[in-house]
Amino acid sequence: METVNVPEPEESLPSTSISNDQGLLQWISTVDHKQIGILYLLMSVLFLLLGGVAALLIRVQLSVPNNNFLSPEMYNQLFTMHGTTMVFLVMTPAILGFSVYFVPLMIGANDLAFPRMNAFSLWIGLFGGMLLYFSFLAGGAPDAGWFNYAPLNQRAYSQSSGIDYYCIGLLLVGIGTVGTSINLIVTIIYYRAKGMSLRKLPVFVWMILINSFLIVAAFPPLNAALSMLLLDRQLQTHFFNNTSGGSPIVWQHLFWSFGHPEVYILILPSFGILSEVFQVYSRKPIFGYSFIVGSGIAIALLAFGVWVHHMFAVGLGLTVYSYFAASSMLIGVPTGVKVFNWLGTMWGGSLRFTTSMLFAMAFLVEFTIGGLSGVAFAIVPIDWQLTDSYFVVAHLHYVFVGGSLFGLMAGLFYWYPKMSGKMISEKLGKWFFWLFVIGFNMTFFIQHILGIKGMPRRVYTYPDLPGYTWMNMLSTIGGFLMSLSFLLLFYILHKSYKIGKPAGNDPWDAYTLEWTVSSPPKIRNFTELPPIYSYRAFRDLKENAKNNKHGK
Amino acid sequence: MFKPVMDISIFNPQSESGWRLYHLDIYFIIASSFILLLVIGLLIYIALKFRAKPNDAEPKQIKNNKLIEALMIGIPFIMVSFFFYLTIKTMKETEPITHNETPTVEINGRQWWWQVSYPGTSVVTANEIHLPANKKVLLKLTASDVIHDWWVPSFGPKMDMIPGLVNYLWLKIDKPGIYEGACSEFCGKQHSKMRIRVIAQTQENYQKWLTENAKTANIAIDSSLIKGAAIFQKASCAGCHQIRGTMANGNVGPDLTHLASRQTILSGTVKNTTENLYRFIDNPNKIKPGVNMPRFFLQQDSLKALVTYLHSLK
Repeated sequence: METVNVPEPEESLPSTSISNDQGLLQWISTVDHKQIGILYLLMSVLFLLLGGVAALLIRVQLSVPNNNFLSPEMYNQLFTMHGTTMVFLVMTPAILGFSVYFVPLMIGANDLAFPRMNAFSLWIGLFGGMLLYFSFLAGGAPDAGWFNYAPLNQRAYSQSSGIDYYCIGLLLVGIGTVGTSINLIVTIIYYRAKGMSLRKLPVFVWMILINSFLIVAAFPPLNAALSMLLLDRQLQTHFFNNTSGGSPIVWQHLFWSFGHPEVYILILPSFGILSEVFQVYSRKPIFGYSFIVGSGIAIALLAFGVWVHHMFAVGLGLTVYSYFAASSMLIGVPTGVKVFNWLGTMWGGSLRFTTSMLFAMAFLVEFTIGGLSGVAFAIVPIDWQLTDSYFVVAHLHYVFVGGSLFGLMAGLFYWYPKMSGKMISEKLGKWFFWLFVIGFNMTFFIQHILGIKGMPRRVYTYPDLPGYTWMNMLSTIGGFLMSLSFLLLFYILHKSYKIGKPAGNDPWDAYTLEWTVSSPPKIRNFTELPPIYSYRAFRDLKENAKNNKHGK
Repeated sequence: MFKPVMDISIFNPQSESGWRLYHLDIYFIIASSFILLLVIGLLIYIALKFRAKPNDAEPKQIKNNKLIEALMIGIPFIMVSFFFYLTIKTMKETEPITHNETPTVEINGRQWWWQVSYPGTSVVTANEIHLPANKKVLLKLTASDVIHDWWVPSFGPKMDMIPGLVNYLWLKIDKPGIYEGACSEFCGKQHSKMRIRVIAQTQENYQKWLTENAKTANIAIDSSLIKGAAIFQKASCAGCHQIRGTMANGNVGPDLTHLASRQTILSGTVKNTTENLYRFIDNPNKIKPGVNMPRFFLQQDSLKALVTYLHSLK
């Protein structure tokens, strides 16, 4: 076989100096991108459990009207922590986990560009998360919502130290996230296999590249806002306090100029995963590679010009609203059209309905629902009606769960054999899929109606108005189904790891380089690489081998 | 606890703006149902038609199709352009600029109640907002502590109330009735129980109500009321609450001049009965956790006298 050099950092990899018997010490001290990737995923699972318990307590409290199961103080802490946890400590680590694990493998590199920084980013992120949770012991968790509006976030209205922990915790998590993103950018730019031009980059790697730039550009406003808030609370500065000359609106601008790109930060990697999954299980190349990549770049740029659609009820004036309505509708086009690219990829293919593929297909429906309700918020007058109601709660869960998480699930079932070396039972996987899909839709679809019927979000209880009670009860039952499905998932993953069938290198007849190596890959990923002819390098290799056998 | 007089829903518009937004909603629901059904339909068709069969050869490797891609961008682009036009049109109709008009009512959001005053009159009340039906009125919306938000779903748009800023909203209610809404921006512990109650009246009844409420409170001369009135002043109630016509002129809690004429207390969460008032004053935090009103540990008979006095404030 013709081979090319394997790019890797010039210093020998530090991890190889420690024994690689996979003992606990090695996991803690590792700088290997695969082990760090798995640690990221485990971190995501840990916080998923915490954030999930918070969600369940919220749903129990809301199951009947005028309920006293939780005090308003506790409820406010729980919904704040649920949102903050899921965004910063569950979705983000899960995305980074898949990124640091698979980006080097897909571009034919042996590690990230800065292996030690990779480990540092993971641990500082975990530390930030733990600091955030420590606030429960330090007098009270943050209680002003995950977007933490001023002046409710000021000491006068939130006396416990929870919001101080929010600031410091998220600053640390942000350092980790930005660090990893810089690492990924450098890796993708400098450590691609020879011949892998940007046009031959797998779609997942493209999306991670775009996403990393997005993270590096979006986090500074958040960090600035968090630092200013900490100064307000600790040193009595006046950034957000209107009574002493500050402006609560500045917080909203800073937060959302981070917060809206963040929504795309959480969805672009899933777009990348889905693009790989649809190709492999349809046995066809992606429909419109340039379009998918180009629209990814367009989304990243437009993402910085749409943040005011979170503020349409603030009263900023029709001129401002017109601009942001236009930009928000515009970003809907490249985002929505991808759904048709994936349908086009499936069209005429030879479809294999694995659990991963089912998640990808369900994504198309769930994400379309979330996307359409998103466009509703770009239409300013509809936003005036529905913003800050339960309709938003439904919408954001259709985007974060129905969009991002369904994509990550497709990725988990697609890559699990590579990471563990074992196959997941398809039968159990499909049980999980259906339980999860039914639970998810049962929990959140009805919340659209609750919003239309005037139920505001973030209420710890509600009056017994017509329809409110049964709809909330249904939503709570759905929530329990979802939790049950997660328990089943953990059981499946554990069982497959113990007694699953060995996966072999390439169980799915896949297209990209990670499937050329053993499952799980050795500490040193590649000793040799095939020549790169397209973004489906492994398929090219397999086709050439077949042609050589039959042809000559 | 209370059945609303009107069904609370954005699909039950009861004002001019409410109707404008309702029509836009309907257009959007039609367009988005079309897209959703298209995606679901295509997905089902594809799943049935292109399912892998054993020993399938590799399918044809189609990489793109310029015409389909152009349509994929073009059609959604036309659709959003259409909705952009409708957005601008509806916005301009719903939110015309205010040219220094005097607002009919000023609503000030507080943790966790609404102060309601009527510029040009001496009327100040709380939580229950009386407005004339069938007349275009201008609401002035402000806040004193944190951000609150005005939302009565049947009336259409919501509007934030932001400390330090002033927002306006036009409103023309179709017909008399009682309309419910709620604070829609998370504002702390009792955000959930910050309900809005709008009582829309005919022009005539509204004027009558204004005249009644502009009056100062009746002076307590009846012996059964004097004790309560004295406790009100002494037990420092007067430091926070106003009863026009007496020495009580606090501006921290709701104006109580005509408390007994209101249907509900505590931002529309409980009925205005002597029992509820008694329970609340006895231990405010129990019935409204987090409330800023402290507990005064009054004797039972003092408390009864106080409640009797307050309930005489018609």
